[in-house]
Amino acid sequence: MKLSEKAEEILEALWINVEEEGRAFLDPEKFSIPLDDPAYAELAANAMVEVRQGMVYFRPEGRNEGRMTIRRHRLAERLMMDVLNIRGEAGDYKACQFEHLLNEGVDTKVCTMLNHPSTCPHGKPIPPGDCCTEARALGDLGVVPLTEFKSGQEGEIAYIQTDDSKKMQKLMAMGVLPGNRIVLVQASPSHIFRVGFSEFAIDTNLAKEIFVRK
Amino acid sequence: MATCCSKKTETVVRSGGARRVAALVGNPNVGKSVLFNALTGAYVTVSNYPGTSVEVTRGSALIQGEEWQVVDTPGMYSIHTITEEERVAREILLNEAPDVVLHVLDARNLERMLAMTIQLIEAELPVVLVVNIMDEAERIGLKIDLELLRKRLGIPVIGAATARKRGLEEIRKAVAEYRRESASSQRFNYSRLLENDIGVVAGLMRGEYVLSRRALALLLLQQDEEIIELVRGNEGDGYGAINEKVREIAFQRRESFHLDLSLERKEIVRKLIQDVFSAPEKRVVTWAERFSNLSIKPMTGIPLLCIVLYFGLYKFVGSFGAGTLVDLLETKGFKEHFNPWITGVVQQLIPWQIIQELFVGEYGIITLGIRYAVGIILPIVATFFIFFSFLEDTGYFPRLALLVDRVFKRFGLSGRAVIPMVLGFGCDTMATMVTRTLETVRERVIATLLLALAIPCSAQIGVILALLSKEPGALAVWAFSLVLLFIVVGLLAAKILPGEPPMFYMELPPMRLPQLGNVITKTYTRMQWYFLEILPLFVLASVLLWLGKVTGFFVKMIDAMTPLMASIGLPKEAAVAFIFGFFRRDYGAAGLYDLQTKGLLNARQLTVAAVTLTLFIPCVAQFLIMKKERGWKVAGAIGVFVSLVAFGSGYVLNEFLMVSGVLS
Repeated sequence: MKLSEKAEEILEALWINVEEEGRAFLDPEKFSIPLDDPAYAELAANAMVEVRQGMVYFRPEGRNEGRMTIRRHRLAERLMMDVLNIRGEAGDYKACQFEHLLNEGVDTKVCTMLNHPSTCPHGKPIPPGDCCTEARALGDLGVVPLTEFKSGQEGEIAYIQTDDSKKMQKLMAMGVLPGNRIVLVQASPSHIFRVGFSEFAIDTNLAKEIFVRK
Repeated sequence: MATCCSKKTETVVRSGGARRVAALVGNPNVGKSVLFNALTGAYVTVSNYPGTSVEVTRGSALIQGEEWQVVDTPGMYSIHTITEEERVAREILLNEAPDVVLHVLDARNLERMLAMTIQLIEAELPVVLVVNIMDEAERIGLKIDLELLRKRLGIPVIGAATARKRGLEEIRKAVAEYRRESASSQRFNYSRLLENDIGVVAGLMRGEYVLSRRALALLLLQQDEEIIELVRGNEGDGYGAINEKVREIAFQRRESFHLDLSLERKEIVRKLIQDVFSAPEKRVVTWAERFSNLSIKPMTGIPLLCIVLYFGLYKFVGSFGAGTLVDLLETKGFKEHFNPWITGVVQQLIPWQIIQELFVGEYGIITLGIRYAVGIILPIVATFFIFFSFLEDTGYFPRLALLVDRVFKRFGLSGRAVIPMVLGFGCDTMATMVTRTLETVRERVIATLLLALAIPCSAQIGVILALLSKEPGALAVWAFSLVLLFIVVGLLAAKILPGEPPMFYMELPPMRLPQLGNVITKTYTRMQWYFLEILPLFVLASVLLWLGKVTGFFVKMIDAMTPLMASIGLPKEAAVAFIFGFFRRDYGAAGLYDLQTKGLLNARQLTVAAVTLTLFIPCVAQFLIMKKERGWKVAGAIGVFVSLVAFGSGYVLNEFLMVSGVLS
């Protein structure tokens, strides 16, 4: 079953109203989609919501679907900001369009790539999915900046994230190439890492741009 | 592979006669300079590469009866250049078309550094590979099959430990017997996609080049500016088509061309070293590594730094150099024996008193200029350079740099700047030259300013220590004032000067016990430079002072400076020290020394004079280097600023000391 975009937006609004703001229902009069929109009928037909006296209430299936919809929305926002570097209103707008594509396992992939974020760029919580619970249970750090490693910890370089191509080439010349093993020798006062048999010292700003996995 | 370039040696005009040229290339810290020193004799020339501030060392070597010119190029990580040093290294390969290119690399990092060997072979340069530092590699249990590597690369490969004189004969032999026909016929293939791109671009080129078209095509695709210029110049009308194609491919692959290329090279190297290189299961931790670990942890690193400074600077340079040696040379040598003798000789030879004074008078060239230079400055600076060269060869400086990086960031500098700062305690002029190793212009300006203002050079420290040693309080006030100004001016400069905060990255070479010979060579080269730089200045200063005295200009200047002296609470005689100080700060400090012995200064005046003089205009030599490195505008601005701060601080300090009654 795939819901229409409008139906998903209603679910999101309802979820925020009920789960985050503590109301019992969504009042369509205070929402951008009027009650006569067919999207409400679509949701009711799928047993997601019910409409009583002009107010929209969750049904149990709908509550879960709402949770996942809001999760996709906030993951999309994170994706816009963290990876694509689209911020502000443009980011919000794009996220609204993008979220509808994040189903059928795409959300899990995006979530893993973003390393299971717990909040959206506006600071609201992202409801955890199965992948997040699993990662937590395994203690899998996923891909993290080198700054998150402890002294002595060893890992593999996943990627370098920098806008500055000179910096990137400098790092690559030092042997910071995806796939190479890296050991963080020391984290303070500067980050010292070892690749092969060479040691290098870099400052925190550069260390933040090297992403490693355990 | 060697077909398209068979004519290239003839097309290049070589500088320096018909001697054959061997160039040393490779990463920094792989022992290039040690090999260079081993191949060449003591007579080497160090000069700036034309149009740049990068130094290139050249020397001649007799290899199997034939004379060669050997060039030690600056360290480079890749043939695609980023820094100015790398550009110069490549320019040498391009312009001088060496007969042999010795690629020196560190055996322990064979895998990482072979990527550049691949590039050099790909460029069809006459490469001989020197796998250096084999001794250390063996010690940590690495096994390298050089024979197999030679077969796979198709070029001469020599295992060496140049610091232990191992492999030198083989290297000489390989250089002498190198024939271009024996060049590698090996070709390293990239992915089909990349090969296709290279083929298209290389196929459009018509000109003659030192580097192979294949290598040039790759450099063009990496948007290398110098290579773009080179090809534009060589191809003439045909360049338009090449440019268009390069742009098209570069755009298609804009996402990750550099990364893709690096990964492909990594893969080639990985296959190359299969069965060639094997490391033990367990990492061997050497004593040097343990020591290194101590030096980079703040808990142990800072005490270690204090120990190094105490024994190195205070005991060796301070007590031994500025104390024992100066005593021996200046007091015993010059004042008691040489000066009376030379005065007698000159007075016999030259009948006119005025001319006599030029050589042996109060400000005479010999009795003052040479005495200062040889008797006072030489021993202090020599001991400092020995200390500095020793420390440099242990690999301690990069570790010091990472230790102070966070603190230095507050002054707008990166940890890298610690090297010129420490060198500044030896000679500010030389240190100002070294600031060019810093990454950004902003960093260089801040470092130049701090060196000019608040870092006293060894000669100056030596004289000031002697001057203030009887007044421990005065010494404390002097040191405190300098540290305070260093911090305040540093913080302000970081705030005011526009620009990005610097980034810090540095390779930490393994720590090792320095070879005595290398330390001596380095010290000797530095001393040579220093002497050529300062001796003429000392002579010039003596001549000018003599002229000033003879013409009466000197007295007028002292009179003119009297109000300025009075404003910071000093007697008018102190003006002499400041006029001296214009030539060299230590010269000025030595002038104060004379005043003190005559009993003209009390503790407060002495302190104020010492602080003002230390901060005051750097010596003429430093100013000239500032101008050369930073340009008139910046050098002038720093000069004016430093003078204002010097006298301003003198004024404030004098008022403070009078009101508070400290030191009285």
